[in-house]
Amino acid sequence: MILSAAIWVAMLVLCLAFLLTVWRVVKGPTLPDRVVALDMLVGIVIGFIALIAIRTGFTLYIDIAISLGLVGFLATVAFARFILASPAPEGEPPALLRPAIVTMAPPQARRKPGRKEKPDETVSNRRRKSR
Amino acid sequence: MIQMLSETAIAMIVLLGALFVLAAAVGLNRLPDLYSRMHAASKAGTVGSALMLLAVGLHAGDLGTLARALAGFFFFLLTAPVSAHLLAMAARKSGYPLAKQSVLDEMKNRPESI
Repeated sequence: MILSAAIWVAMLVLCLAFLLTVWRVVKGPTLPDRVVALDMLVGIVIGFIALIAIRTGFTLYIDIAISLGLVGFLATVAFARFILASPAPEGEPPALLRPAIVTMAPPQARRKPGRKEKPDETVSNRRRKSR
Repeated sequence: MIQMLSETAIAMIVLLGALFVLAAAVGLNRLPDLYSRMHAASKAGTVGSALMLLAVGLHAGDLGTLARALAGFFFFLLTAPVSAHLLAMAARKSGYPLAKQSVLDEMKNRPESI
């Protein structure tokens, strides 16, 4: 009786955690935020499967939980490779990848009036070159 | 008596796992940037679901089931840091910024490691 009550309470808590994590998936400002939240969702679903296994007594659910964990791990690894292949979106350029010459040079050195206009080397151009 | 004690212990483990998962979900919403959110999700969330899996193995009272549950337990505990570390490295390499209030960025001074 204690156990069934505890399982009910745990299911309610897991529902709350699930909703919070879904909120992060919806809101998450960047792609890696959503990937982290999806990884977390897999963990919560594994918790649900474990609770159902205790309730019903079917221990075969453990295998389902293990395979779901394997799928979640592989999905996270694949998403990590995808994030690695695509640079962060522009908008606020990361301080790490911003070329030092653009930030350090005084503005009049770049906009000298008599100077011939070279093709502007934008941040993304330099970043591509530095790769 | 013994059975009631073991049921109480399993109930405690289940509740503890659920609370860990809830803490991870709250941390996922409250922490400021990607890297600290990852810290919440990959530690507390993994321990929560692994504890619930351990509770299944203890509840069945069967050695084979307990062995499978323990295998799942260690599988989760071993794969979660790998995936979190890989995701953090990928995000840092492709240039997602840290939060404003983070105090230390050790990879900033070592551009060759990025």
